[in-house]
Amino acid sequence: MPETRFTKDHEWVRQDGDAVTIGITDHAQNALGDVVFVDLPEVGREVAAGEACAVVESVKAASDVYAPVAGTVVEVNGALAADPALINREPTAGGWFFKLAPKDAAEIAVLMDEDAYARFVESEA
Amino acid sequence: MADTESLLETPLGGLHRALGGRMVGFAGYAMPVQYPAGIMAEHLHCRGAAALFDVSHMGQAEILGEGAAAALEQLTPADVQGLKPGRQRYALLTTMLGGIFDDCMVANLGDRLFLVVNAGRKAEDFALIGAALPPGLRLNVLADRALLALQGPAAEAVIAPLAPALAALSFMGVARAEIGGIPVLASRSGYTGEDGFEISVAADQAEALARLLLAQPGVQPAGLGARDSLRLEAGLCLYGSDIDETTSPVEAALTWSIGKRRRTEWNFPGAERVREELANGPRRLRVGLKPEGRQPARAHTPIQAADGSTVGEVTSGGFGPSLNGPMAMGYVDRALAEDGTALDLMVRGKALPARIAPTPFVPHRYKR
Repeated sequence: MPETRFTKDHEWVRQDGDAVTIGITDHAQNALGDVVFVDLPEVGREVAAGEACAVVESVKAASDVYAPVAGTVVEVNGALAADPALINREPTAGGWFFKLAPKDAAEIAVLMDEDAYARFVESEA
Repeated sequence: MADTESLLETPLGGLHRALGGRMVGFAGYAMPVQYPAGIMAEHLHCRGAAALFDVSHMGQAEILGEGAAAALEQLTPADVQGLKPGRQRYALLTTMLGGIFDDCMVANLGDRLFLVVNAGRKAEDFALIGAALPPGLRLNVLADRALLALQGPAAEAVIAPLAPALAALSFMGVARAEIGGIPVLASRSGYTGEDGFEISVAADQAEALARLLLAQPGVQPAGLGARDSLRLEAGLCLYGSDIDETTSPVEAALTWSIGKRRRTEWNFPGAERVREELANGPRRLRVGLKPEGRQPARAHTPIQAADGSTVGEVTSGGFGPSLNGPMAMGYVDRALAEDGTALDLMVRGKALPARIAPTPFVPHRYKR
């Protein structure tokens, strides 16, 4: 299994062949609560690192999801339209959001690893 | 995350934390937005059985003395003098310009009036009321009382064995009673659209009462998140979002709270504007909105007509767990306020098609 990296906005990023898969962390889904809708980017859209490109709506509020690295959207998770609660049940597996073809794969390596993210979450608490 | 250190605590703060409540700041108080079950489960449990809410942040007060009802009518278009002993009524406090200063519940306890007002407005309300009372009348702010709301179709079955007199109340009835030996003042009312009770209790007995109610079969705690989605499904206004000093009772579609007699006397604050709007129609109206599909539209979402002109704004919006879909309320130009009118909600710059819809979105189930 390829290594997962994390952002300060609570996205996870996983190298998946030429693409990277992006979702939100278990910590993030827990903070959001029951997800009821996801607004996903168009396939083919070019995004900059840190650009808001998806929105996740819980009963209570809407939250942006950011592109962890620059790239082109190559696929979105169609299963979320019918079952957005997948994000709560399987945040780091079936609840993925979209895949990017990264502009520069080296951008991924500078993101937090699992331990660093765990420390970051703790520091925010 | 909100800094909860400078926030006030209700008498149930310790219990909320013991139950795993996620505390947030609301109107200056640390309040549970949800417990571990989550907003969706808490909401559905309230509609299916019974939920217990802490609403102790709200303001409670009584007006004592001869002529209290007439004195309060100086500040509201509600018929307070016609309110019978043991009955409660929804009332708006209005401004001189015909806006809404606050909304509240007023009960006639026989020898006094009992008021419950919004947490975020209680200081202003009590200053306003205190200043309006003539000599011989006294406002007694009940800062040492907690308020619990037991809401849901099982609420009556929960209360009946503990306090039969309360189970016998009809919607908007009020009575003093004891629950498990604890003296309370309870009304058959709430903010969820369900049958239920709002129970005023001395602060130092609030936790014992809450624990007793939570120990009854079918009762689960619910937080402010579920309270908000429940009241929106029920089409009930949130002060500060759906109504405020700029909205009139007529625009807010709350004319039913204006007493018949008051519409002949026209002697309440802002009567001129209300009278004009009742005669000629208001410029805009509060309406329910149902977006197509699953996407919610939140407060402050602009509302557009088919020609692209902005015709209003969403004031509350979210996802209704019982409705199993998105819902909103907001204000639109009166000409577009007809049920079924197609409009666009501009969510993040994109048009979300919606229709004007009747409220409540989920039928009320009050015990009339």
